[in-house]
Amino acid sequence: MTPNFTLAQPPQTVTSAVMEELTELTLEDLCRACAVQADIIIELVNEGVMESAAAQLEIPPEHWRFTGLHLYRAKIAMRLHRDLGVNFAGAALALQLMDEIDTLRAHIRDA
Amino acid sequence: MEFKDYYLVMGVERSATPEDIKRAHRKLARKYHPDVSKEKDAEARFKELREAYDVLKDPEKRASYDRLGANYKAGQEFSPPPGWASREPQSRDFSGSFQDGDGQDHSAFFDALFRGMGRGSSGDGGAGQQRSHEAFDMHGQDQHAKIQIEIEDSYRGATRNLQLRVQVQDSHGQAHLQERTIEFVIPKGIRAGQHIRLAAQGGPGMGQGSPGDLYLDVEMLPHPLYRTESYDVTMDLPIAPWEAALGGEVVAPTPTGQVEVKIPAGSVTGRKLRLKGRGLPGKVPGDFYFVLKIVQPVPDGDAERAAYAALQAAFKTFNPRAQVEALEKELENQ
Repeated sequence: MTPNFTLAQPPQTVTSAVMEELTELTLEDLCRACAVQADIIIELVNEGVMESAAAQLEIPPEHWRFTGLHLYRAKIAMRLHRDLGVNFAGAALALQLMDEIDTLRAHIRDA
Repeated sequence: MEFKDYYLVMGVERSATPEDIKRAHRKLARKYHPDVSKEKDAEARFKELREAYDVLKDPEKRASYDRLGANYKAGQEFSPPPGWASREPQSRDFSGSFQDGDGQDHSAFFDALFRGMGRGSSGDGGAGQQRSHEAFDMHGQDQHAKIQIEIEDSYRGATRNLQLRVQVQDSHGQAHLQERTIEFVIPKGIRAGQHIRLAAQGGPGMGQGSPGDLYLDVEMLPHPLYRTESYDVTMDLPIAPWEAALGGEVVAPTPTGQVEVKIPAGSVTGRKLRLKGRGLPGKVPGDFYFVLKIVQPVPDGDAERAAYAALQAAFKTFNPRAQVEALEKELENQ
């Protein structure tokens, strides 16, 4: 295969943002970033995919605030749902177990 | 282009039923899913799997594929048979990444065989063509890649170049691969497990849709001396028994340069000495810890053996196993 290449251009400088510090995403921001309707995000919160956001279930959704980490976890959960056929509760469990594995691996490495 | 043996990729016989194929896909998808798998080549394997499944799950595509015959071997040079409705091969290549999208990331082999075929499996050609390019605007796909950084990158911040091979469409809707280098900053204080977002560096949007973002998963390479936990950085500091017993000053490295460490008299192995604010930088910077590890010399020669003998004589009542014996007794009494 010989794809059509255009000539390489000089590096373009792009701005980097650390997601975890992009705080204060609204429900609407999260929906846009994940390209889903609000009910999906609400379901993700209810199923514990974004555990630290669950406390907000007491207040109206339009006042919910999320962080970059929440966005990241929501995206993983949706990919697991799409690719592996797990429901959101299963994705929440997978995320929780992966966190534990990461912690354990770090302990082994440092032992 | 190379022939792809989709049956081999999925580990099923050519006679496999749709149920067999679905089961095989689930099993391999769990093993190689880039969000879950720790396998080295997970992303490449997952892409390959997704492509194989896209073909084998769709009766129409599978039948077309099967018509090529069973004589091809994986990796063999392949060109579509005469009369095969193919167009110029297209490839959507983005090295080292996986996409959020629904599997548009196919090999040249796939594109040569199935380009122009509907994505749907319903078989009614018209409805299958719903993903045409002209009709609507769509936000581009977010893409993901990993970057590995050194602990020093987090202390000082760093600049990195990244080569992207991205597909762009010209005004005729023709796809071209374009190589592009972007430069971005690794911000000071970045930690393992964080994600850097490069806005609008992901997949191209369709129509008036904006491009997706590129997310970089940050991995910190293990350092021979330092380990990190959140913002804190720790290093084992070996000291001699007399440095521990009598106290002293030793010179030790830190990521920000050598420091003189005061060892308090009477220190034991495991004691932590903190350098406040000398961990990873941040709004509230982490701390740096030395963990003392007493290293005892193996005596060589009479003088050194005499020194240990003198220690023994001086510490007549010292019992290193006092705690073990106490616990043992406790267990016996239960």
